[in-house]
Amino acid sequence: MPKQIILAAHFPGVNNTTVWSDPDSGSQIDFSSFVHLARTAERGKFDFFFLAEGLRLREQRGRIHDLDVVGRPDTLTLLAALASVTSHLGLAGTLNATFREPYELARQLASLDHLSGGRAAWNVVTTSDAFTGENFRRGGYLDRSLRYERAAEFVRTARELWESWPAEAIVGDRDGGRYVTEADPGAFAHHGDQFDIAGHFTVPRSPQVHPVILQAGDSPDGREFAASSADAIFSRHGTLEDGQEFYRDVKSRLARYGRHPDDLKIIPGVTFVLGDTDAEAQERAHHIRRQQVSPQTAILLLEQLWNRDLSAYDPDGPLPAVDPDVSADAISRGRAGMYPDPVATARRWRALAEEKGLGIRDLIIEVTGRQSFVGTPRQVADRMDHFVQSDAADGFILVPHLTPGGLDRFVDQVVPLLQERGVFRTEYTGTTLRDHLGLGPARPVGRVGAA
Amino acid sequence: MTEKTLHLAVALDGLGWHPAAWRLSRAGASAPLTARYWAALAGEAERATLDLLTFEDSLDLQSTRPDGPDGRVDQLRGRLDAVQIAARLAPLTRHIGLVPTTSTTHTEPFHLATGLATLDHLSGGRAGWRPRVSARRAEAGHFGRREFPAWDPTRLDDPEVVRLVGDLIAEAGDAVEVVRRLWDSWQDDAEIRDVASGRFVDRERLHYIDFVGRWFSVKGPSIVPRSPQGQPVVAALAHSSVPYAFAARHADVVFVTPTDAAHAAAIVAEVRAAEAAVGRTEPPLRVFADLNVLLDESPSLARRRGARLDELHGREFRSDATAFTGTAADLADLLATWQRSGVDGFRLRPAVLPHDLTLITRALVPALRGRGLFRVGYPGGTLRDLLGLPRPASRYAVAETA
Repeated sequence: MPKQIILAAHFPGVNNTTVWSDPDSGSQIDFSSFVHLARTAERGKFDFFFLAEGLRLREQRGRIHDLDVVGRPDTLTLLAALASVTSHLGLAGTLNATFREPYELARQLASLDHLSGGRAAWNVVTTSDAFTGENFRRGGYLDRSLRYERAAEFVRTARELWESWPAEAIVGDRDGGRYVTEADPGAFAHHGDQFDIAGHFTVPRSPQVHPVILQAGDSPDGREFAASSADAIFSRHGTLEDGQEFYRDVKSRLARYGRHPDDLKIIPGVTFVLGDTDAEAQERAHHIRRQQVSPQTAILLLEQLWNRDLSAYDPDGPLPAVDPDVSADAISRGRAGMYPDPVATARRWRALAEEKGLGIRDLIIEVTGRQSFVGTPRQVADRMDHFVQSDAADGFILVPHLTPGGLDRFVDQVVPLLQERGVFRTEYTGTTLRDHLGLGPARPVGRVGAA
Repeated sequence: MTEKTLHLAVALDGLGWHPAAWRLSRAGASAPLTARYWAALAGEAERATLDLLTFEDSLDLQSTRPDGPDGRVDQLRGRLDAVQIAARLAPLTRHIGLVPTTSTTHTEPFHLATGLATLDHLSGGRAGWRPRVSARRAEAGHFGRREFPAWDPTRLDDPEVVRLVGDLIAEAGDAVEVVRRLWDSWQDDAEIRDVASGRFVDRERLHYIDFVGRWFSVKGPSIVPRSPQGQPVVAALAHSSVPYAFAARHADVVFVTPTDAAHAAAIVAEVRAAEAAVGRTEPPLRVFADLNVLLDESPSLARRRGARLDELHGREFRSDATAFTGTAADLADLLATWQRSGVDGFRLRPAVLPHDLTLITRALVPALRGRGLFRVGYPGGTLRDLLGLPRPASRYAVAETA
């Protein structure tokens, strides 16, 4: 049997991938938009729904960034509600471990797992960003070097809490007067560098025991954290070769932790554009890129590399002759850094603009936001399948550019082709997200340090 | 003269409020871990057009001891997060208010604000919130960031306990203030989608809240656009003057625990005095009297069931709220009497679920309607509408036009 593809649906987020100016673009906050995307994904037998998170509105030049979608729901609250309008779809949420505590987050995720019948997943992120910290009583920030240390210990602590209640602890023996099998269930004690906590967990063991853990991040530390602790990686899409290289590297790290290569799924986030013909798809792709990069957005994206106020520049004019300012504080706050060597990148962009005769906006369209899969449904199905069968990925997190209908055509036209090839399920065979992903039962971390 | 109708809330907790409830409940022992159980309760309550449901929560394991587990295996243990339950119910209901309890002591006000605003969005304006404090050492140990002293619940006049609880309530006040500012931090019309200028929002309509207090500071604005109610309904459970003042400053609804009609009148007077003392400018608090209720078709049946529960429990059920044991008709008479003392409504705590909820919905509600004391049907709209609370404009919008 060929490798089975994992598919997930990313709710369009607060960046310029999401086109809000299109007449078909709907609300980014009404529950009906989330219901539409989740039900579409479930109709397509997707593995899970995915929600991103940002805990402070992004800023540029000291002002709230207003060109992209702004505003989003709270992750956990939204996922609990989606559990009511779906029956099999996994519910994955991004939740920042820097501004949360293990006891609280573990009980929320275990509650979601109970209330969804075993469909909860957590995409673990951390931030070293004092800017976001200003919204939290913990305040401050996490030293960059401690990000993954905290993440790994957080996940381990959460798993200790999740397995703190024995299986079948609630017997409800009315005649014998025994509600629980053991006194004071949920006892735990975790004494670590990041967390020193003890007591009793309030949530009995949930259907998955361990909700699924996703990790996003490409750095060596991030890969190591994923290899030791995660069930899936939300990676970046590159070329087939880059994907294969990443896949080999990450999967080879698993043995060190006594894990099998199948225990960690690699699922890049990807975009797609479909057309009846290849030419039509290419044309639509170009149109979408122009929507994604408005004249104002072009200047803003240029500023992120240049780290200077470029508001006086003409979006259709040439790139700035001056070099990026690498000494000043970042002009853009509340988003991940993107360019390791701004001066070199700027030179490359200038050369490219000159060679192709591009103004600022056209250059930005050229160098950013290229869609991952563009073509007819059959072409896209072929390429996705090839990507997975060649071990460049185990599946994809699809990021539509439109809310809420951006996934409709994919589900109607691409999914049936993948099913025809026998590389994607035609019905759900299990009930939990662990079942869908083929992860097997949770492996206990053990009651280390428990009294 | 037609009497004003009263508001009816039901407080949900586990398999009922009596500690031995699970022994007589016909729901399965682990039913409170399932969505199906909560959905059935909410559906029952909504068919009887109740105003709202509250969901209890705590950051430690249930116990008969004030500070830490008690080693008992004969009582219900374990619970789910209340906001998660309320959110799960929102798409399954259409009219009833959903009011989860959360602690303000170990939690982040920012997460509370965004979670509750989201609940308001996805319920179409039916979210409420009961903030509470966590004074117990067991809860503090689950977070490992604060040390609380051991304290004796029989010595609430101990100066150290008074100081600790006073601080926690003051901190809760700051938390509610932060949450309310965050709810206002987006003006209703902040989203403009102006294609010509390329702007999705008008950033002049988004506001930093710049809260700085003794326990925390929060910058803002919220990440969640302003919700249907603007300000979800805040409810406080209060038993004495300090919490009455907290409610007068920070809440829309107050749950109180009178012992009889005269006591109810005295508490209402105390609440109104607290409102005056803090200079409250918002609409007067809606005062709900809490009652534990155990209902049956005859007084003797009810008494017998109450005695059976107490026997299974090992002693008489004690609670902060008065217990009513009897028929729905007698309870309707009692509510009518208490209402004349000035309370706006009642929050009933069913002894056993679903039994006592079902008698509330199928016997008490018709009895009240028969007396002209309860609505028939929902008028439509938000929870604020249902409670007669106006939708406040964002405080920042007011500042702008002033």
